[in-house]
Amino acid sequence: MMQGLLNWIDARFPLTKVWNEHLAEYYAPKNFNFWYFFGSLALLVLVIQIVSGIFLTMHYKPDETMAYLSVEYIMRDVPGGWFIRYMHSTGASAFFIVIYLHMFRGLIYGSYKGPRELVWLIGMAIYLALMAEAFMGYLLPWGNMSYWGAQVIINLFNTVPVIGADLSTWIRGDYVIADATLNRLFALHVAALPLVLVGLVFVHIVALHVVGSNNPDGVEIKKLKDENGIPLDGIPFHPYYTVKDIVGVGVFLLAFFAIIFFAPEMGGYFLEHANFEPANALKTPEHIAPVWYFTPFYTVLRAVTITPFAGTLAMFGAIVLLFLLPWIDRNPIKSWRYRNKAHTINILLFAVCFLVLGYLGVKPVIPVLKELGTRMTEIYFLFFVVLWIHSKPGKANYFMWFIILAAVVFGIDWVRYNPEATDDAVQIAWQWVFPIGYLALTLLLPKVLKSFNAEKIVPERVTS
Amino acid sequence: MRKQVIAFAATLLLPMSLMASGGGAHLEPANIDVHDHKSLQNGAKYFVNYCMGCHGVKASRYNRLATDMGLPVVPAKTGKSGKEADMIADANAKLVTENLIFTTDEDGKPSSLGSLMLSSIPEKDAARWFGAPPPDLSVVSRLRGSDWIYNYLKGFYLDSERPTGVNNTVFPNVGMPHVLWELQGWQAHDEHGLKLVSAGKMSPEEYDVVVRDITNFLTYVGEPAQLVRKKYGVFAMILLVVFIGIAYLLKKEFWKDIH
Repeated sequence: MMQGLLNWIDARFPLTKVWNEHLAEYYAPKNFNFWYFFGSLALLVLVIQIVSGIFLTMHYKPDETMAYLSVEYIMRDVPGGWFIRYMHSTGASAFFIVIYLHMFRGLIYGSYKGPRELVWLIGMAIYLALMAEAFMGYLLPWGNMSYWGAQVIINLFNTVPVIGADLSTWIRGDYVIADATLNRLFALHVAALPLVLVGLVFVHIVALHVVGSNNPDGVEIKKLKDENGIPLDGIPFHPYYTVKDIVGVGVFLLAFFAIIFFAPEMGGYFLEHANFEPANALKTPEHIAPVWYFTPFYTVLRAVTITPFAGTLAMFGAIVLLFLLPWIDRNPIKSWRYRNKAHTINILLFAVCFLVLGYLGVKPVIPVLKELGTRMTEIYFLFFVVLWIHSKPGKANYFMWFIILAAVVFGIDWVRYNPEATDDAVQIAWQWVFPIGYLALTLLLPKVLKSFNAEKIVPERVTS
Repeated sequence: MRKQVIAFAATLLLPMSLMASGGGAHLEPANIDVHDHKSLQNGAKYFVNYCMGCHGVKASRYNRLATDMGLPVVPAKTGKSGKEADMIADANAKLVTENLIFTTDEDGKPSSLGSLMLSSIPEKDAARWFGAPPPDLSVVSRLRGSDWIYNYLKGFYLDSERPTGVNNTVFPNVGMPHVLWELQGWQAHDEHGLKLVSAGKMSPEEYDVVVRDITNFLTYVGEPAQLVRKKYGVFAMILLVVFIGIAYLLKKEFWKDIH
């Protein structure tokens, strides 16, 4: 009976073929570790956001006079409304946590390298779409931080030479953020960008299933196949990774629901305190900080102060560089397990730098933190240069590169240094140790100690 | 694997601990309990009498408030059945209507039990009289925090430079006068802190209870869901732990033959 139905469908739609190609006969490396949970979790969060979002849309009013109270109406008068809303607000932050870990996985195991460049590029497009989606959703509660946060972001377009002012007016649909802005951002948030996101996720998975998954060893499992053409180190995604991912889903949901039920504001980082006050064009919040997932790039924006447009370019440049990773890192070894220790240090310091940038983005600008932001921004950009140098550890002239990059850092300091601005000058005078220390650890260390420059042999088969 | 999990946990905890280290001015803890019905009822009483002349809590409804502070006005929520439930609900409705509802709707009729708790002043008039309308306090506890409200209400002191004659320790140069002066009396402020210089109707201990109860009421009103949220959370956690256990055994069973 079931077989008959299946045959009937298969004659009209490739159901069995799709099931086999993407699950039952999709061979994934058998050595996936902890870091490989976040792809399927990202998919789960996408579903959570879409479903909770649909229910929110049923009760939310995208109108400047009603939006703020309609959210409180959802929190009180809609049965279970608070639960739906907290799912959506926590889901937004969870999405970024999962995506950042997913991207970091790609970074440490070199998953962006050939033949997976397109998987990486599509993934980065998803990340961009997600940032746009999150930004637009953040305006909808129409709280005061929503309002001023959107003001700051849309004003970035103001910094574009010549057309800037007209461009930002066109985006807002008004001279200030107003009802027109709220309405269009609502439309983009609930219709346009979800469509884009779902489409991109689909393409991301299709591209991945053509080239196959990378793994912690960075070994291409398709190179060694048995007599049936099945990779020796591959196991069918279903049932092996479906049952494994279900455990990951359980652990994720434990954390997710713990936040929803016990700390939905997450200390003011998932729901900001200043957003519990309606949007007010006449009342600027004491301290405007974007939500935590944007703060690393916000710090980059604030660090580059030559001109506002340069700051905007630096911020977008910080994201564009991530797109280019497959071509910056030309080392044929994928996983950090088999590359030199200097590379491992480079990636770990980059991760620390990213976290510090994020931390600084929620803090007010005081001289010591302002300078730290500048130094971390320098390290952020230097990372990509060092990564490029580490592509060929055998031939790289580490010493020369150290001198060149240190000269660049000090050159920038020389331009920035103004002894009359005492507070800033004091900070510049000592915080140079951060970028120079970073360069010393990643460039001088492998020069001095050969063990930090030695690469290991990549095994033929995956290890455990 | 274990090493990775530890490293992962460490990277997550690092920014959290950095975030937790931020802080503002010192505030006395409010020590409130939103599950304390008596305190909520007392807080609501003082709020509608002293605060709602200017401040609304316009996201909240009287009947929901009544139910949440132990005075259910619908028979189904009384926990009893039949005639008895009807009687309790009716008695509660009468109690709430007589003691908490002093506002009227647009037609001048007394607000009904299902009304939103709007302030007595129309917003336009308030803006004209005070320059800026007194803010709605529906979610003030989430904007400022409970401790802030508690300290704010206790922080008024005499200051002849201010048009209202008072200033505030946690909200300097606040526009609001000391509405509760009748109860608290007047305080003076010097380098040693606040000192009562003229007694009010209440002793400092009695006033403290009132302020605490108002704070409790505002904290509840900020998020009524907090009354049930954690209870559901415990169930969700137990359910998920069981789920993870079963899922893990399933995974182990399937992966037995993978080497």
